[in-house]
Amino acid sequence: MKEKSGGLFAKEGTKTVISSVISIIIGMVVGSIIILLVGLSNQSLGISSVGEGILLVFGGLFSTGRNAAGALTFGFNSTNFGNMLFRATPLILTGLSVAIAYKTGLFNIGAPGQYLMGTMTTLLVALSIPTGSSTLYENGGCPAWLVWVLAFLAGMLAGALWGAIPGLVKAYLNINEVLACIMCNWIAANLVTWVFENSVLRNTIESGKTGYIYKTSYNGVATAKLGLDKLFSGSQVNGGILVAIILAILVYILMDKTTMGYQLKACGSNRHSARYAGISDKRNIVLSMAISGALAGAGASLYYLAGNTEFFWSTYQSLPDAGFTGISVALLASCNPIGCVFTGCFMSMLDICGLQLTNLTAYNEYITDVIISVIVYLSAFSLLIRMLLTSKKKDDGHEDNANADTESDAGKNASSGGGTSSGVAGANSVKTASAAGKGGEAL
Amino acid sequence: MLLKGEGASRGLPFSKEKGKIIVNDKIILLFAIDTKGGKAMQPDNVIEMLHITKRFPGIIANDDITLQLRRGEVHALLGENGAGKSTLMSVLFGLYQPEEGTIRKNGQEVKINNPNDATALGIGMVHQHFKLIEVFTVLDNIILGAETTKLGFLQKKEARAKVEALSEKYGLKVDLDAKVEDITVGMQQRVEILKMLYRDNEILIFDEPTAVLTPQEIEDLLETMRAFAAEGKSILFISHKLNEIMSVADRVTVLRKGKYVGTVDTKDTDKQSLSNMMVGRPVQLEVVKDEAKPQQPVLQVRNLRVPSATHKRDAVNDVSFDVRAGEIVCIAGIDGNGQSELVYGLTGLEKCSGGTVTLCGEDISHASIRERGQNMSHIPEDRHKHGLILDFTLEQNMVLQRFQEPKFQHNGFIDNAAVRSYSDQLIGQYDVRSGQGSITVARSMSGGNQQKAIIARELDRDKPLIMAVQPTRGLDVGAIEYIHSQLIAERDKGNAILLVSLELDEVMSLSDRILVLYEGEIVGELDPKKTDVQELGLYMAGAKRQDRKGASGV
Repeated sequence: MKEKSGGLFAKEGTKTVISSVISIIIGMVVGSIIILLVGLSNQSLGISSVGEGILLVFGGLFSTGRNAAGALTFGFNSTNFGNMLFRATPLILTGLSVAIAYKTGLFNIGAPGQYLMGTMTTLLVALSIPTGSSTLYENGGCPAWLVWVLAFLAGMLAGALWGAIPGLVKAYLNINEVLACIMCNWIAANLVTWVFENSVLRNTIESGKTGYIYKTSYNGVATAKLGLDKLFSGSQVNGGILVAIILAILVYILMDKTTMGYQLKACGSNRHSARYAGISDKRNIVLSMAISGALAGAGASLYYLAGNTEFFWSTYQSLPDAGFTGISVALLASCNPIGCVFTGCFMSMLDICGLQLTNLTAYNEYITDVIISVIVYLSAFSLLIRMLLTSKKKDDGHEDNANADTESDAGKNASSGGGTSSGVAGANSVKTASAAGKGGEAL
Repeated sequence: MLLKGEGASRGLPFSKEKGKIIVNDKIILLFAIDTKGGKAMQPDNVIEMLHITKRFPGIIANDDITLQLRRGEVHALLGENGAGKSTLMSVLFGLYQPEEGTIRKNGQEVKINNPNDATALGIGMVHQHFKLIEVFTVLDNIILGAETTKLGFLQKKEARAKVEALSEKYGLKVDLDAKVEDITVGMQQRVEILKMLYRDNEILIFDEPTAVLTPQEIEDLLETMRAFAAEGKSILFISHKLNEIMSVADRVTVLRKGKYVGTVDTKDTDKQSLSNMMVGRPVQLEVVKDEAKPQQPVLQVRNLRVPSATHKRDAVNDVSFDVRAGEIVCIAGIDGNGQSELVYGLTGLEKCSGGTVTLCGEDISHASIRERGQNMSHIPEDRHKHGLILDFTLEQNMVLQRFQEPKFQHNGFIDNAAVRSYSDQLIGQYDVRSGQGSITVARSMSGGNQQKAIIARELDRDKPLIMAVQPTRGLDVGAIEYIHSQLIAERDKGNAILLVSLELDEVMSLSDRILVLYEGEIVGELDPKKTDVQELGLYMAGAKRQDRKGASGV
């Protein structure tokens, strides 16, 4: 039998990446199959467009249009890259929001609500303080950068407060945070609609626009480009992506290097031990949710402070996608903060591919929505795939059961009788295997 | 099927006739009638595990181990934590495939690929941590996976009749309609046993079954095991506790560090030689300690009341006592008489509803857990729930209370190097063994070493009061010897020790003073040198009590 352990493939990190990649590949393959089926069943498409469709789904980011002969051309497309980074910005942050909560044992499904509250507050601040270059106000004088900073902080703060509510409810009333989060989402959706319904911030300047709030650029507030627009010419990219990356690094440092992160993780892993050690579990639950909310709020701020984005205020019937996509960003990244940067970019890349598909072929972009949905489903499965990878290791004798006398019991019983409990016990066994797999032990 | 026919209604449900063993009218074995010839002894072994070798990366968990289980015997499997007992049983139960060796049932080689195979062969197992679904009723748990159905509908009536009959027959009292989460640990174990019986298992594996039971429940369980053996079932009994092994087992197989040490008849051996076999060196079974030299009181508890989580009555009712520097005071009592709540009240895990607690001259009745931790270390009752964060590494667990000390953090950033070196130092000093040292995930460590890690962490904090709650539960003699000697060393250093223990041996040998807790009240204060187990038992059972009025100034 295999005596070797600890190789590249035995590492948790490697398994994590592999499982995410498998989810992505399966999602892409399913998308390709749909393209194939649609192409074959639709007379206006045909087999050649099937090939083009599949090419665009995988390589849409590098698509540069069609040449004179009508064939697809590929190469570095600065617009696509820039837009990918631009759209990734809010996704990275909502992903971080979900990830940090998850690492502390909480499931933040309230990111959409926190995102909405962040949006509202950011827009209120960014549009209400007159700046020098405002087209909305005549006597503005506040420097635009200061308004930007205030609006950004206000967005984070609003998200934090909105996130703290489910945290408080969980910590002090022991009500499941998922329920509280979902309710907070809809409260936020209605609250935001109500606030903007009679507000003067509705865009009445551009004719034909109804239901939108002014872009922040009307008040002269827009995220600095920091030269990224030159690097990725023709795109919407701005400095927001750098802020997102910096926040991701900060979250990583917070969780892995600081005493605060230690406490948060301790409470998340075992609330009882944390209490035993004198760590306030209640405080940390609230704190964790507040940080999560702040990150989701920051995502909203960065998106709407771009200056070229506008907010549809009558939102009481829907929740922002960015919030929910954050869940798959986080799961695909296995809740690793740095991983969220890449998975966030990947999710936005799929968006870009969808646009290319619509622009260049007769397919419509909703096919990429199908792919995204499949990946979203599979991102939840990526945990399962990781377990499968681990349990294979277990068969190779990776688990050192001998020395996990008390622990291994969890895995010992795929229930003597089978039945429904075997599923539960089976999951336990995988978990045990993965934990025990990390370390054999002498004596 | 088992209870069909007359067999069940007769006193003894099995009979032996002409080379057959019949249990409840079911022939379970045909064996060679020739019992005089040498080779005929062979089929007497119902299960043989021959030359089993199971390797894991970096370690041989079972190295050429042979175990022969005879029909109708109680066979104990003895070994320290990590000796390979559980691995061997997992191999038998189909959870692991051995690299070498064969398993035979009734002389025929069998392949056990998964627990379902094991069940089909009549092998059942009661795990140390029960595998019950808490929100199901007892009956549902028992039939789960072996349901009788008609057209896809459950036939609970038949199942109930069968379970009731089994429960009656073996005196395994359970409330079939209660939910598992509402019944006691002892009853949960009886449910597990009934689960095996319901599946007509003939080979019963008990993995450290007594670790969670009260002395009375242990006695009942051992009695049940004897009854099983008497009617031809074969029992594998994993245990650390030599008393139990000596009282119930016919033979003992000893493992040490994955190797087979030997199999002995219990009637030819004694506790001392068994423990020597197990540990590989002479073990001190008796606690050796000098006379205590108590000094000033460290902990003063006055009229303490702690509410109960389950009922309205206070779980700790008007308790007063002192613990002085340089002495070990033991809270004795049958489990569930308020010990846990008393400890929670003292450590701050539970709010007290009345009374005062003074530690080192400071009133800490309303102090936070962290504030109390300044002068108190706590070896908790439940090492998984409270003692460790199982998904954290060993080094992270070693600084669970101390990570905010300037030594381990600078401006809120954890000093990983300092944590690592501190953890390495503790691991060396207290001989905590693990696969990868400081970076081992706590979950993957053996129970004994997890406990050692907690002991190391708590004792090294060097606080004037050490609260040790069942510090040796589930540990082997080697580890127990070690932990006892550490506690005595702390006492001799001048620290005050409050020990909570359910083990009478431990209470008698380790403590300098015994306080007996019965239904939340202290009913007696005893001097271990002037009392005996019988008297202690009377106090614990509530049959005897002292008038402790005015005894608060002990």
